[in-house]
Amino acid sequence: MSELFSKNNKDAFLLPLGKNNPVTVQVLGICSALAVTAQLKPALVMGLAVTVIVAFANVIISLIRNTIPMRIRIIVQLVVVAALVTIVNQILKAFAYDVSKELSVYVGLIITNCILMGRLEAFAMMNKPWPSFLDGLGNGLGYAKILVIVAFFRELLGSGTLLGYDVLGWAQQFGYQNNGLMLMPAMALIVVACIIWWQRAHDKELQEK
Amino acid sequence: MENSLLSLFVRSIFVDNMIFAFFLGMCSYLAVSKNVKTAIGLGVAVTFVLAVTLPVNYLLQRYVLAEGAIVEGVDLSFLSFILFIAIIAGIVQIVEMVVEKYSPSLYNQLGIFLPLIAVNCAIMGGSLFMQQRIGLDPSDPKAITSLASAFVYALGSGLGWLVAIVLLAAIREKMAYSNVPAALKGLGITFIVVGLMALSFMCFSGLKI
Repeated sequence: MSELFSKNNKDAFLLPLGKNNPVTVQVLGICSALAVTAQLKPALVMGLAVTVIVAFANVIISLIRNTIPMRIRIIVQLVVVAALVTIVNQILKAFAYDVSKELSVYVGLIITNCILMGRLEAFAMMNKPWPSFLDGLGNGLGYAKILVIVAFFRELLGSGTLLGYDVLGWAQQFGYQNNGLMLMPAMALIVVACIIWWQRAHDKELQEK
Repeated sequence: MENSLLSLFVRSIFVDNMIFAFFLGMCSYLAVSKNVKTAIGLGVAVTFVLAVTLPVNYLLQRYVLAEGAIVEGVDLSFLSFILFIAIIAGIVQIVEMVVEKYSPSLYNQLGIFLPLIAVNCAIMGGSLFMQQRIGLDPSDPKAITSLASAFVYALGSGLGWLVAIVLLAAIREKMAYSNVPAALKGLGITFIVVGLMALSFMCFSGLKI
């Protein structure tokens, strides 16, 4: 049991949540992180979907890593990921149709999400299945964390709701106005920039020269 | 007809810009925009691959995947993710080999970028948006109704991406000399710049031809 949770395995899981976050530090998977965060609910679903897919894609690639010829490895990885994404997409369509409509093409775009290719190339191709699973889980959750933070501020300030429930409605009688600009794509970039700013101001190691 | 093609072309460059409206291809956009020359190289490569793969995927969608296209009453569209990505990866591989054989100088310029492009979200995103737009009413300016319009859409989106990355690269070249707060240096300030650029691109949103 202790072997399963050794120092290395713990690092594989915990580092991506903070110091080595896939979005703010490794700069992977930005596209969907920005596009689906106008509301909290699609952001949660997207984070969950990516976590599941990264974890399982990592395990599958790690299991077959010794049999993949180097030259065509990217195509093999893409096919494995595409199959997983197709399954997740069908499940979403069956059980959460509204959210899957809202996410539209971005579910399909998980295939080309750089987090997946990055983790498969950098970790799963040279590690055993169990650490790969933890690494995938950690990176997926690190991605989901940023998504939820961005979506929280955009939905709260943009439409005054959280998960669709009214939160700031009472303030409107005092002249409070929702900031519609927060719902525009441009503000997603600025909110992410603020998160990066905050993180790097606290952790001097991450600052670029 | 010609008018609507022109309108589709201009709209896909400015209004439905891949970067500023949908954040597609963001990872390579941020990573390869440090100087104008490489930015142009990558932009041309993306435009080229989009213009080749999107019409092929259009034919695939129309004559293989659409409901009742092969066998009456069979809807194969759930296979679209795997087939689209396989086509893209395959074509990128072929393009790479052809360019290497017939134009070594172009190969040296694009060489490093070509294999990366298979996993660029802009390419896959273009195909997925095309799949959505086939279903639109033909009078809608966004609708893709023929092979020609699919090609025009691909060309426009690619050029839009090229314009976006060259603009950002030019700004970043100048920005190397400015005094940015330590925690914002590099990634943070780039996000803010892209956000401001996206705001300014919003002024095209009512554009009509």
